[in-house]
Amino acid sequence: MIVAIASGKGGTGKTTVSTNLLAYISTFQKVVLVDLDVEEPNSGLFLNATKTNEEDKFAMVPAWDENKCTNCGECQGHCNFNAIIQLGETIMIFPELCHSCFACSELCNENALPMVPQKIGTIRHYEKDNLTFIESRLKIGLEQSTSLIEQTKKYVNERFGKETLVIYDAPPGTSCPVIEATKNVDYVVLVTEPTPFGLHDLKLAVETMKLLGKDFGVIINRDGMGNKDLEEYCQKNHIPIITRIPNHRIIAKLYSEGKLIYKHSTELKRKFENIASHLISYPNLVEK
Amino acid sequence: MKEIVIISGKGGTGKTSLTASFIQLAKNKVVAADCDVDAADLHLLLHPDFDQRKDFYSGYKAKIDADTCIQCGKCAEKCRFDAIDLIEEKHTINAISCEGCGYCAVICPTSSITMYDDLVGESYISEIGDGCKMVHASLHIGAGNSGKLVAHVKKTANDIANETNKDLVIIDGPPGIGCPVISSLTGANLVILVTEPSVSGIHDLKRVFALVKKFRIPCACIINKYDINFLKTRQIEEYLKEEGITHISNIAYRNSFSEALTQGKTILEYSDEQLIEKLKLSWQKIDSLIMNI
Repeated sequence: MIVAIASGKGGTGKTTVSTNLLAYISTFQKVVLVDLDVEEPNSGLFLNATKTNEEDKFAMVPAWDENKCTNCGECQGHCNFNAIIQLGETIMIFPELCHSCFACSELCNENALPMVPQKIGTIRHYEKDNLTFIESRLKIGLEQSTSLIEQTKKYVNERFGKETLVIYDAPPGTSCPVIEATKNVDYVVLVTEPTPFGLHDLKLAVETMKLLGKDFGVIINRDGMGNKDLEEYCQKNHIPIITRIPNHRIIAKLYSEGKLIYKHSTELKRKFENIASHLISYPNLVEK
Repeated sequence: MKEIVIISGKGGTGKTSLTASFIQLAKNKVVAADCDVDAADLHLLLHPDFDQRKDFYSGYKAKIDADTCIQCGKCAEKCRFDAIDLIEEKHTINAISCEGCGYCAVICPTSSITMYDDLVGESYISEIGDGCKMVHASLHIGAGNSGKLVAHVKKTANDIANETNKDLVIIDGPPGIGCPVISSLTGANLVILVTEPSVSGIHDLKRVFALVKKFRIPCACIINKYDINFLKTRQIEEYLKEEGITHISNIAYRNSFSEALTQGKTILEYSDEQLIEKLKLSWQKIDSLIMNI
């Protein structure tokens, strides 16, 4: 069973929710957290576990074999991403623009464009008792988030079956990395804040979930700030509000120190119990 | 004409709230640009009139002509993105997964596949008062966030600034360190990093600065919500000194940020005098920095 923790707006508390949910659930059953916010993965800052594996991940990009090339320039014609340009007698490749479609390579009559691996990031795997944490980190300056997210999901699926609860900490926003992170999950939790920014971006996130046909619910973080517009929007649109996390300064303080919050008070523990039981007993998930 | 880009790495540090205030403080010598095209929020504070709207196309999507398709499946074989599904025994393109590479169109034996321009979003040129223009955009759900729309917003803002003799373009940048951020940084004269004193904030600050460093653009930093954690604030201050990043100011955590925002106002339009003073001082520092670059 795979659940994604997502949001439209950044900074609403996705990582706070995912790390605390992981820690809480691990006290009674096996659970996996995968940090798919590959540009800024910071769930690991809150967790203490032992590293058991580290793997570099690669994207395939073309390399120019000058000796075989006849300079026909067809490769440039095939590339829709401007990743391969013919400049006089030289073929120039821009690997950072390449989408790894293999068209130039496979259509080259001289086999002068073999595909070669280019490192795009690293997966680190940590374990502690019931808790598994997998972090995926994009190399700074690169653009291939989506490819790294896809490969990380594959890494996880190869190791954990459908009976294990897997939580994805998704990137913020609604564009392609978020689509890649959420398109195959069973349920999405949207974390938001009750301000106009929060509401505006939640609506975008809701549209995304509907486009992908995903079941979803909302967690209102920093409840008490802003106004009631967001709550009304959820009620009007029959969007389940899973829980509300209060706007307490102590939460910000603990978070700033890289500490988990669920054990801080009975009230907070109950919030995470609510989230966990909502997910674990969600009707469709039980069927799947 | 000079360009200031305001970014944060991490979301939720207060970047957009601060940017809106700085744009207002710059008064009529600025063109505003919202390059956070994925989840654009600046308009909720500056209230642009969405005057000139333009469709934005970027890249392609494939389309199969069901009438001429012989269902040979060669397209699905070659597609690296799992973008060709069999729906009711007909090969169909999944527009969400399709990356528009065009490989399927090339190898289709009956030429049944064509590529069409992908409408990924729209851009606007608006008025925001004080004789200022704002360029903003929004990306459609699920669209590839390659940075092209960001580049378009920037270029439009720069063109307007040049045509109307404005000294500055102030850009509300995207979060993260990916292509939209890279796109927003090219050609910038000054980068302002807005951070917060938390382990996540520091982690993301360092990652985004590593990116900015590659571009060799002068950099300055505002530590927002500094009183949440004094120790971490000091840590950041030391880091800024080590890296040669100008420290603009520390801003305390104030409910006014969210209260103003909830009323659709910028901080300058709200009643927190202490905070307004802080922002004015911060802007003065930024203004003198950019004038000397």
